Formats: sequence, structure tokens, C-alpha cells
Amino acid sequence: MASANLEFSLAKAPAPGLQNPVHEAQGIFRALMNALARPGKLQDLPELDLNPPAPLGKSTAAIALCLCDYDTPIWLDKELAAAKDVTTYLRFHTGASFTNNPMDAAFAFVSKPENMPPLSAFAKGTSEYPDRSTTIVLSVSSLSHGQTVKLSGPGIKKEQGFAATPLPPQFWREMQTNNELYPLGVDVLLAAEGTVAGLPRSTKITFQES
Amino acid sequence: MSTPATSFTDHYNFAYLDEQTKRMIRRAILKGIAIPGYQVPFAAREMPMPYGWGTGGVQVTAAVIGHSDTLKMIDQGSDDTTNAVALRNFFVQTTGVNTTTHTKGASLIQTRHRIPEEPLSEDQVLVYQVPIPEPLRFLEPRETETRKMHALEEYGLMHVKLYEDIARFGHIATTYAYPVLVNERYVMDPSPIPKFDNPKMHRMEALQLFGAGREKRIYAIPPHTDVVSLDFEDHPFTPQEFDQPCAICGAEHVYLDEVILDDQGSRMFVCSDSDYCEERRTEGHTGHLGTNPLDAPSNGTAKDNASSKEACK
Ligand SMILES: [Zn+2]
Repeated sequence: MASANLEFSLAKAPAPGLQNPVHEAQGIFRALMNALARPGKLQDLPELDLNPPAPLGKSTAAIALCLCDYDTPIWLDKELAAAKDVTTYLRFHTGASFTNNPMDAAFAFVSKPENMPPLSAFAKGTSEYPDRSTTIVLSVSSLSHGQTVKLSGPGIKKEQGFAATPLPPQFWREMQTNNELYPLGVDVLLAAEGTVAGLPRSTKITFQES
Repeated sequence: MSTPATSFTDHYNFAYLDEQTKRMIRRAILKGIAIPGYQVPFAAREMPMPYGWGTGGVQVTAAVIGHSDTLKMIDQGSDDTTNAVALRNFFVQTTGVNTTTHTKGASLIQTRHRIPEEPLSEDQVLVYQVPIPEPLRFLEPRETETRKMHALEEYGLMHVKLYEDIARFGHIATTYAYPVLVNERYVMDPSPIPKFDNPKMHRMEALQLFGAGREKRIYAIPPHTDVVSLDFEDHPFTPQEFDQPCAICGAEHVYLDEVILDDQGSRMFVCSDSDYCEERRTEGHTGHLGTNPLDAPSNGTAKDNASSKEACK
């Protein structure tokens, strides 16, 4: 029967994307724009009825659906790349291709930051086109716990305290090195449940006296 | 307040652009924010208006704007010029968002040629329409070369040009689109705002976005970012000053336009920022001409009708 076939194909179809692609994508973008314009300040994502396949987090999925398409090769960390449902979901909703080489990625999605490659593995742009760099999206469980660092630079009035977890132990050192490459470098978005924060390459990082 | 002559119609995509184009522009905006003052190339779209009308600014606004925004559209400081009215109506038609002429009440402001006098706040976004985004273009016509100059921070030619001004005129003659250094790295064209407005860009609370449609460039200045007008130790940058206050609201230290009042050549100097001037008059401030002679019905009110030019000395 036709109805049985339909049920069968729906069961195999990827989970739905944005309910209202125009306005939800706009809302997500505003959060991301504010996140990079005010490094370290937490920005709320809009309420979304998204149920991406694990281990793709809801906020991470929202960022992918807002920014990725066939012009933006995506790199996935081991855990995401191994999940067939995740690649199907992202390919279906964004049309983006996947790359195994982080240097070729416009966006990199990391579900397990503690296992991520060094930031230097990703594209930092060229001196004439520093924009040809990777934007790295890290799924984190908290944007308030973890080692606290001080942020300064464009978008920050004086200083902004910031902490997130989990991050690899060398992460903040690597972010300092990334900033020294300025105007080259990667930009980082940290996605927690319903919230994002941005760490553009322009942000200086200093360690809190303990 | 302005009453829109047109109303929202759902025949268009929200904000006119298709979603793929918005995504591409949004990505360019994010790169621009991450690299303040750097010109990000983007694949500009044909817009239903000529290039000189600010298609770059329109595309940036279209990629940013949402239902909850309140939009203010200004041209040379005025909400009422043909250009400002047309672009405001364009967004009313394609988005249905609220509009305002009040700087304080706007979440998103698109501008040509001015920065509002009222300091902007951190929850506002200022979008500039840019005709020529490359500050080095008049020194070097080749894009490949200007890219190299930016890459190598080779800004000597720009200083030579400014210094030639000093040699010839005794001061730096550039009064519009006066080049700035952003975040101590990129020399940037602030768009054809008067240099009077340059200091407002420095560590502004609001996010500033720039769109050039014909040249397909987007750039940005995040809040609280250093924006320094180029100058020399012995010839420091000086913004324009006016030797008189606004004729109708008495404001000092604001940018004034010279307005011709009649065929006999009588003239007055009034705030270029018409909302700022109105607010002051509503608060009870008056200038030496008392009331606004342009309010007389025979003269019309739009600056388009009166011949208006800059009044700096
Ligand atoms: Zn006035």
C-alpha cells in the first residue's frame, strides 16, 4: 500500500530542520553576530523545535542550518563523522559537502572538544584573504564553568571574563597563538544548550591570577 | 514619525533576498566582525534599485533584519530625502517591520553620509551604504595591488597623499571619507561621512556594518574598537568645527547644513541630523532664528527641496 511505503520512507528520512527557516535562521544569525561582535558574552539562541541526531547538539545543528550550504565544506570530528544519521541530516538540510581535511573546511563541528585537533590544523586564511579561514563550532556543556580567562580586544569594553567546559588542556594557549597570527586565524563559536559565545581571532586572552 | 506610504506585502521573500543569498552575506558579516576593517568579498546580488542608491547597505540590512527590529533609514542626516523614503518603503514592503525616525527608538539604522548625533547604544546596529570601499583605490586602481598593500600593511602611499595635501594647502584637505585605521591594523574607508563624524566611530557602543554593492565588499567595526583617523604628529587630525550653533535648535558641536531659504540668497545653518534637531526643539530649545523657517508651507520641509550643502569652515 502507498501509505505503508510513505511511513517506511518517512521513518528513514532525516529529522526535520528549522520549522520556519526564514525567521529562525535570522534569529540564530543575530545571536551569532552578537556573539562574535561581543566576544565572551553569552547570547541566547531563539527557541527552536530541533531534534538533530546524536551526537549533534541542538545549538550546533542550529548554527549549521543557519550558515552552511553547498559553498561551505564541512569538517566533522570523529564522533560526528562516524554517525551516519548526522552526516545524512547535515547533507540533507544544508547541501554542504564534507571534507576530511580540516584545512579545507569553511566550518568545523566538534562534538568532543577534549579530543579536537590543534587549532593550527584548521585554515587560518591567507594574508590577502584572511577571511578564507575555518570557523570552528565547539559543543560545550557549560559556558560558565571551567578555567576562567580574561578576554580583551575589539567588541570588549575593557575586559570580559570567560569560562567554558569541556575544552582540551592546551586550548587557551592555542587561542593565544591564534590571536598572534591576527589578522589570520580561526574564529571559534562555542555552543551550549540554547546559548552561544564567540571567540574571534581578534580576541586577546590572558590568564586569571589564581 | 513617518507614516509609511506603502505597506507589507508577502509577494516577496522576507527582506527581498533569497535565503541562500542571506546566508552568504551573513557569513561575510561574521568574517568582517572577526577582522575589523578588512574588506570581505561577497557575491552581491542585483537589487531592484540602482547602485548609487545603496544596494550594499540594503543587502547587509536585509541579511540582518528580523521581525522584532525597528528600522531607521537616514540619508545625509535626514529621514525624509527621496533616497531614505524609498529605502524605508522597500523594507516596509518586504518585511513589515516597524520604522522610526527617532535614533533612540531604532534597533537597526541604515545610513548614507552621516552618523547620528545621539550616541548609539550597545543594542543598536548601524549599517553604512558605501560607494567605494577601497581607501587606496584612488592611489592604486588595481585590486590585486591594493590587496597586497593591505596584506603587507603598506600604507605609506596613503600618508604621502595626505602629506601632499599639507604641502599644498597647509592642512589635510580631505573632509569626506577621511581614512581611518581600525584596530591598529587595516586602513578603512569610513564611507562618505564628513570627517566631523569620524571620532564617533572610535569605540562606538554599537556594531557598525558597511556594505558596498557595486564593489561587492562587506566590512565591519565591532563595538569598542579603536578607530583612529590618519594624521601626522605635526598635523594632527582635526574634525570640522562650526562657528555658530544650529539656527533653530541652538545645538553646538553638531554637524550643520547650509540651507538656502529664498531666491534672495538668505540662508541658515541647521542640524544635518533632523531627528536630533526636532528632539531638541520638542524639549524647548530654540536657536537664534526661533522657529524653523522651512516649516512655512511655501518652502516645503524636505531638504531635497531646499538646496543644502555643508557649512563647515
Ligand atoms: Zn538643530
